[in-house]
Amino acid sequence: MSLTRTRAASLGVAGAALAVVLTACAAGTPAAGPDTSSASAAPGGNLTFAISVDSQCIDPQQVGNNDAIAIARQTVASLTTQDPQTGDILPWLAESWTVNDDATSFTFTLREGATYADGAPIDAASVKTNFEAIQALGAKATLGSSYLAGLKSIEVADPRTVTVDFSAPSAQFLQATSTFTLGLLSPATASVSQADRCLGKIVGSGPFSVQSYTPNQGAVLERRTGYTWAPPTAAHTGDAYLDTITYVVIPESGNRTGSLQSGQIDATSGIATTDAALFQSPDFWSTNRANPGVVYNLYANQSTPKLADTSVRQAIQKGIDREQITSSLLGPDDKPAVSALSSSTPYFTDLSAELVYDPDAAKKLLDADGWTVGADGIRERDGEKLSFLVTYWQSPKEVLELVQQQLRQIGVDLQLKFASIADVQAAQAKGEYDFSYGNLTRADPDVLRTVFSSQGTNNATKRTAVDPVDELLAKQAATTDRTERQKIVDQAAALLITDAYSIPIYQLSTTITASKRVHDLVFEASSRLDFYDAWVTP
Amino acid sequence: MRSEIVWLRYVGRRTAQGLIVLWAAYTVSFLILYLLPGDAAALAAGGSDQDAVDPALVAKLRSEWGLDRPLWEQYVTALGRALTGDFGLSTQTGRPASALLAEALPPTLALTAFAFVLSIVLGVGLALTASLTRVRWLRNVLFSLPPIGVSVPVFWIGLLLLQAFSFRLRLFPSVGDSGFVSLVLPALTIAIPSGAFVAQLLARSLRATLVQPYVEVVRAKGASEARVQLGHAFRNAVIPTLTMSGVLIGGLLSGAVVTETVYSRLGIGRLVVTAVNNRDVPVVQIVVLFAALIFVLANLLVDLVYPLIDRRITLARSAFAVA
Repeated sequence: MSLTRTRAASLGVAGAALAVVLTACAAGTPAAGPDTSSASAAPGGNLTFAISVDSQCIDPQQVGNNDAIAIARQTVASLTTQDPQTGDILPWLAESWTVNDDATSFTFTLREGATYADGAPIDAASVKTNFEAIQALGAKATLGSSYLAGLKSIEVADPRTVTVDFSAPSAQFLQATSTFTLGLLSPATASVSQADRCLGKIVGSGPFSVQSYTPNQGAVLERRTGYTWAPPTAAHTGDAYLDTITYVVIPESGNRTGSLQSGQIDATSGIATTDAALFQSPDFWSTNRANPGVVYNLYANQSTPKLADTSVRQAIQKGIDREQITSSLLGPDDKPAVSALSSSTPYFTDLSAELVYDPDAAKKLLDADGWTVGADGIRERDGEKLSFLVTYWQSPKEVLELVQQQLRQIGVDLQLKFASIADVQAAQAKGEYDFSYGNLTRADPDVLRTVFSSQGTNNATKRTAVDPVDELLAKQAATTDRTERQKIVDQAAALLITDAYSIPIYQLSTTITASKRVHDLVFEASSRLDFYDAWVTP
Repeated sequence: MRSEIVWLRYVGRRTAQGLIVLWAAYTVSFLILYLLPGDAAALAAGGSDQDAVDPALVAKLRSEWGLDRPLWEQYVTALGRALTGDFGLSTQTGRPASALLAEALPPTLALTAFAFVLSIVLGVGLALTASLTRVRWLRNVLFSLPPIGVSVPVFWIGLLLLQAFSFRLRLFPSVGDSGFVSLVLPALTIAIPSGAFVAQLLARSLRATLVQPYVEVVRAKGASEARVQLGHAFRNAVIPTLTMSGVLIGGLLSGAVVTETVYSRLGIGRLVVTAVNNRDVPVVQIVVLFAALIFVLANLLVDLVYPLIDRRITLARSAFAVA
């Protein structure tokens, strides 16, 4: 008897609890569009920014993760800067430079009066120290090593002139000097241990300095006074406006959303697409930019016989409906790929005429290649099924699940394994995989060579022979004339699509979501965050 | 004199058992990490740009960390070093694993200690109130709460509390560590399932104890209900709860893992999660050992406290008595 009463009481309590839950979860009503401020900047104040992961290192010359870069970029200035609109390379710490005809020698003339945060002058000798330190870090600085690949010598002619020589043409180097990876740190930092550099014991040349860094918790940057070498891409000159930037690590997406809504943080780039609607009120604003570089691709392992076959790859490329993926799975700012390059990359050309969704053409290609549809709907030839395995870790995992569905329509079986980064690496190390999945952010078309060339550092398609496309990619790396380079890049990008070296899916983009008290927090040319012009309403 | 020897033998035997437990925990976790796919060297070398891993660096790191040695050799070397207190360097950061544990310990200790106190207070309070009250409907409601508390996942409770008390009512911060106020929500998150567990056990055992003959005697002698329950029944009813406190502490630690992620708190929970994801064997091993040590000590302590609570339980004089 009392058992029934207890059960009834349980239901009553559970029902009450559910009611409380539902009211707590009720979303606010969305109102007008995002706010764009044009008030005048006020110096002072703190900006709290949430990041999702902490790779436990904030040394700009070692980091590769977007969240770490959001911190590291603010601490260093670079020799050059890149215009986010045009992709042009403009002066920063170097006021002028010359490049020889075959892009093997770069001479920079440094501006006067710039100093590191410890007072040491930013002179040619310190530039040499920096680049040599990056080389010494070895593969702890993977990006830097790839930018400085083939470095032959660095000559200091006088305190304002430094010449960097390469043993092979390296047209990408000029853009590389605008990155945070080749940002300049004080010569004193070169003698600090690699682990301590990661922990923030660095002295930089940028508008902010590291005040504190607690791994996995957050960091605080403070304004560096006496900063008078702002690049021409900035909206003001002189010291940064913000007193401090406080970065907090919030791994959980719901916590980031709620913290921004309740004003506990001011801005973040980690709001999930599904939560974006919560910030459509005048109290918040958001801005989006596509990440330049190679878009999300399925990289075929072309050392396997099935994927060495161009018809198979072309069929798979034609069998993917990129529009359906972005419209049904991703946010309004994520666009389908129209080239192996993303639309914000310099030298990008729209290749949507070549990159079409054409399942009928795909089926014809496979039929002509001898792959007949079996009883289970999967094609086979000589007893071998047209089945492939891809192991991946990138979210959202549903993207490849939809690709799997689409490829089934043309008789291709894509086996998916969604796992951790560790598992993906293990699979790749063994070499027993058919497809890998990924992207690479870089605001220079040389990223195509890094990723796709059989001579490139990544060689994502695992080719051993040198194809015509590799020669084109090597040629663009050696061409400094803009029009000429554009032609070669267009040829290479088109060939990557028509011969299906690249099976692109969608462009990665970054969205900054901020409260209305934050102003002028912008993207720089590589779609990384730039806090120099940012200010907060007092 | 004899009873002291029996006591010493008992403690000695329990210590030996505890050491075996520690060794087993170390070995099992070592094997599991070895068998998991993934390579600590590749993960450390690759940073976040996982396509651009330099095979030469990976090979160098592997030989530096002894990952290319056969399994038994790696095990014996690690175990040998562990016995001397050297738990190696974290593969993610290069810092000593023991230093990382020492740094992560205080925040987790603060959190779990507070959560422990809260769960005892909530659990005992709930069970006693349910048992003492004469109001039928209140008693039924209170008895129905523990099962709900135990079944709801810690993660969900954490998010709910955050939504309600941090984002809506703005009473508590959602991130960081600004002293006591940052402890409240995380500790409550852990304390709700743990407290429910305590309440369930205690309520049930109170019910069983209250029908014992000696309770009838105390009632017949004219004691008030409160005196009967609190003064007499409670001491015996609490024994099963005490036995399970080892499990309770385990629940606190695992609750801490989830709670520290949801609330972005530093601590052992987050330390071990990132270590497992990055196959950082030295850090995982030292955390596993530490957790096993806490378990062993907690259970030993509980067994030593028994005789003080219930005089019916004593150490048997014979060496073959069940402990």
